[in-house]
Amino acid sequence: MNSALLRMIAGRLASAALLLLLVAAVTFALIHAAPGGPFASDRAVSAEVEAALNAQYRLDQPLPAQFFAYLGQALQGNFGPSYRYPGRTVSELIIAGLPATLELACYALLLALLIGIVAGSLAARRPGSAADQLSMGLALLGICLPAFVLGPLLVLVFGVYLEWLPVSGWGELAGDKWLPTVTLAAGYCAYIARLTRAGLCQQLSQPYIITARSKGLSELAIIVHHALRGALLPVVAYLGPACAGLIAGSFVVETIFQIPGIGRFYIQAAFNRDYTLIMALTLFFAALIIFFNLLADLVALWLDPRQREALS
Amino acid sequence: MLLYRAQRCAAVLAIVALLGACSPAERRADLGSEQGVLHWGNASEPQSLDPHIANGVPEQKILSALFEGLVGKDPQTLAPIPAGASHWQVSDDGLRYRFFLRPQARWSNGDAVTAEDYRWAWWRALQPQLGNPFATLLFVIAGAQQYWQQQHGDFDQVGIRVLDRLTLEVELAHPSEHFLQLLDMPTLYPLHRASIERHGNPSARASRWTHPGNLVSNGPFRLRQWQINRRITVEKNPHYWEAQSVALNQIVFYPTENITTEERLFRAGQLHYSYDVPVDKLRYYQRYHPEQLSLAPYLGSYFYRFNTRRPELADARVRRALAMAIDRQLITEQVLRAGQLPAFAMTPPNTAGYYPPATAPQQLRFDPAAARALLAAAGYPNGEGLPSLEILYNTQEEHRKVAVAIQQMWKQHLNVDATLHNQEWKVYLDTERRGDYQIARASWIGDYVDARNFLEIWLCASDNNRTGWCDPEFDRILLEALPRANSTAQRHQLLQQAEQRLLDGLPLLPIYTYTSKHLIHPDLRGYSANLLNQPLFKRLWLQPHNELGDE
Amino acid sequence: MTGKLATSAALWLLATITAVCLLAPWLAPYDPSAQNLLLGAQPPSLQHWLGTDSFGRDLLSRLLHGGRLSMLIGLCATAVALLLGVSWGATAGFVGGRTDALMMRVVDALYALPFVMFVVLLMVVFGRSLALLFIAIGAVEWLTMARIVRAQVRALKQSEFVEAARCIGLSNRQILWRHVLPNCSGPIIVYTTLTIPSVMLLEAFLSFLGLGVQPPQSSWGALISQGVETMEEYPWLLLYPAAALTTTLLCLNLLGDQLRDWLENSSPGGAA
Repeated sequence: MNSALLRMIAGRLASAALLLLLVAAVTFALIHAAPGGPFASDRAVSAEVEAALNAQYRLDQPLPAQFFAYLGQALQGNFGPSYRYPGRTVSELIIAGLPATLELACYALLLALLIGIVAGSLAARRPGSAADQLSMGLALLGICLPAFVLGPLLVLVFGVYLEWLPVSGWGELAGDKWLPTVTLAAGYCAYIARLTRAGLCQQLSQPYIITARSKGLSELAIIVHHALRGALLPVVAYLGPACAGLIAGSFVVETIFQIPGIGRFYIQAAFNRDYTLIMALTLFFAALIIFFNLLADLVALWLDPRQREALS
Repeated sequence: MLLYRAQRCAAVLAIVALLGACSPAERRADLGSEQGVLHWGNASEPQSLDPHIANGVPEQKILSALFEGLVGKDPQTLAPIPAGASHWQVSDDGLRYRFFLRPQARWSNGDAVTAEDYRWAWWRALQPQLGNPFATLLFVIAGAQQYWQQQHGDFDQVGIRVLDRLTLEVELAHPSEHFLQLLDMPTLYPLHRASIERHGNPSARASRWTHPGNLVSNGPFRLRQWQINRRITVEKNPHYWEAQSVALNQIVFYPTENITTEERLFRAGQLHYSYDVPVDKLRYYQRYHPEQLSLAPYLGSYFYRFNTRRPELADARVRRALAMAIDRQLITEQVLRAGQLPAFAMTPPNTAGYYPPATAPQQLRFDPAAARALLAAAGYPNGEGLPSLEILYNTQEEHRKVAVAIQQMWKQHLNVDATLHNQEWKVYLDTERRGDYQIARASWIGDYVDARNFLEIWLCASDNNRTGWCDPEFDRILLEALPRANSTAQRHQLLQQAEQRLLDGLPLLPIYTYTSKHLIHPDLRGYSANLLNQPLFKRLWLQPHNELGDE
Repeated sequence: MTGKLATSAALWLLATITAVCLLAPWLAPYDPSAQNLLLGAQPPSLQHWLGTDSFGRDLLSRLLHGGRLSMLIGLCATAVALLLGVSWGATAGFVGGRTDALMMRVVDALYALPFVMFVVLLMVVFGRSLALLFIAIGAVEWLTMARIVRAQVRALKQSEFVEAARCIGLSNRQILWRHVLPNCSGPIIVYTTLTIPSVMLLEAFLSFLGLGVQPPQSSWGALISQGVETMEEYPWLLLYPAAALTTTLLCLNLLGDQLRDWLENSSPGGAA
């Protein structure tokens, strides 16, 4: 049992390493295929400067040599200097942007889980009821209202018309974390509500629930103490891909609300041809996705005895 | 049961606490006015605070607070004013400048600022490894260009001499009207050698000497804090020679990338100064808060490049027809709406007393009939036979607006079809440099106030020309005749001749002259707009408006 | 959860929006790129039902033309996803064994790629051509399709009628095309319906970041991103495009859900 689990993890890690190599190669090829280099600017730089810069950053070497040199350094944890911001290393930039991105993602996920599970449970209590219709209708709306529509609308209403909350920033002014969090959470909240409802509906028709009901337990107690654990399995499975989705979400939300996180860095880095920063961020996000997928699988194993048996 | 409810309540409370309670937003600017902290919208995260690496306007603003050159500029007239040097002498032939440094000038760590600090900094500015985009500015100094091009490795041959601790002599390659203006540019600031060498090779780009705690500067402010993509804080430098008359305690620079957001921050009382103003907000401020809106002429030209290597644009008549079919007045008044001036030449009017040829506005006037006639004469009656044109611009709302307007005008007046092609900045630069375009948006912002700075990009060999247009006579005037001019009047006359040749050749389509647009908090005093859009931070002060009545 | 009424309403609404958008060149009251700088931005009126933007361009016309583009991109990209996903999934499921394992490993691997980042890079690298846009989007969206089709094909492969077909000597290709694929058309159709909205969303996302279609062409995503810039002065420029996009997505999702429910109920244990 344990060794099977270890073997599975080892296998996943091995394929993760391969995958990261692939990501690195594809990203490297893509950014070097992009027209315009990191040092191009409106004012033409002289040939001497360009040559000196290219030599300094080894951009004058053949691409494969550059790639392997990069890999060698990256394996030692050195992701190189930023081209756009000389005097900063890429790691330094990522560390500077990471707290805001992680914080935003965590709050959004927490909020989505909280509201999603509660709304899903309420809906599942009496399928077809007004509460069910309402929450599922809202959930559908949440899925169809992308962050770049919802965000500006929230800003318009709460920031501009009502002046209740700041319109941008992160951790600068009191309450400026609300709008970005809600914007990012909405879609996930909707999915989680749906999954919870579907899972609960299925669980509630199981024999053990009927037994519990006949014992006279209250509906709420049944849901909370018995049905929810099984019903949350699909939610857990969803969280893996959801974490990956949070990245895409953070691109948009960080752009709308001017949040200094790594999502916004990424867009800027792509525009600025900051090769090393693009590479590091892509690898970082890929590693994050792989990690969360693995984590979701492990949690599912822990929650679901049947999967555990299948493994051994 | 009860426990569960308590858990849920706790979770809600936790989230509320984490996100921060909802409260009426505090007004950072008001607080700042009381404490002497200036909140300054500064467009973007600076690439670097190394004066020899940074090349953007936002970087220049911060550097001008941190450093000081030999000679400054009057914030209103831009005339040279004493700064690092208390006074200077110029030889009769205009080639030799002798600067007398202030004995009381200090670095932010207390060290004295010496003539050697300037010489060393200029040596560093000429190290190609740094990739200094403004190194060419130093070429006005005798021997600097040869040193840069590594024709000799001996810096002593460059005309910079330390006569004593506080006297610096500079020998120019040729007389220059704008040399004193250059001394106020980051590339010519002095640097503190010891603190830079402490962080490794002085000509390495990746040095950390510009980080807070490491950076030693000689200006009115010193670096206090640098939070990436959030803010840069500078505080009053107690060692500055004129520290007692610096009013501000701190300046906080914000990378306000999105101008819509910046304007909202300003309106919410979070900024004293905005880097820009969204076009659609101009009317609101003009109507309700004209005192907060600052619109001023800015030394920059907005134009289109014609790729004269393309057969369809090789005929100057076609280019002229296109130039005469656009109604610049309509563009400046309806699209841009910030007091921009329609431009009929390359150089903005009144550039240090210089005016483009007086006939230019007539030559490129909006005249659809004449434009059609020109086009017909070139073999494209009613636009027939002319291949579809493509306007290339870098992705930005304002460029798109102008391009769309011009596209419509060409269609309407000339029956010429144009498509728009936007490319993201770096791709656009690459495309333009490779000459893979027909018509490309462009602009030129003056580094210093001098017409030559605008005309020299059209030299045959200039990397900034990019149109394939080359006029030997134009080159001759700028390169041979101009340096021998011995009076301002004669100089202006030569510049006008050159500009006339440029307008006859017309590798460009002048569109408008820039204005700088800012929102300025009523508490901010001492600010005056100028042609270079360059504030003098040490002369600014904040007056909380609840004290206005006392005035 | 969604009644018959809602479904048929969604169907009608979607049909109307699609028809109106596809017929934009004939229905739009104005030329979508004809500007009137003197008019500028005007709120909705009788002449301009949805108002004009700051160039004086008619928003309704722009919305219709933009919708046309959004939908065409949605359809083309979905077609790309369909083609890739079905052929990949069917091959993997039908051949089985090591090939299957390898092919599905590739899909798993691609799932873990930060594909949004790749799309961003792709759009930066190769500029913005429409063809590239929908190929890029389609290439991202085919993975789930491949998984679903493979699961179906594998299940069907074991079934008696495939055995029977094999016995009468049909070639693999014939079996796949004539017997297996038609039998998984249900899930394919359902999932296609669900792919269209996510494709449209991705296009809008890219356009919002300034990486999508380019002016004077416009899509709903691009209109929204322009509307955001001036939402205080001219809120209609944000509200109508946002409403159009949201309504369309809503209808598509409603239909997709309904189809899925219907499919799951009609064939118990069918689609995963």
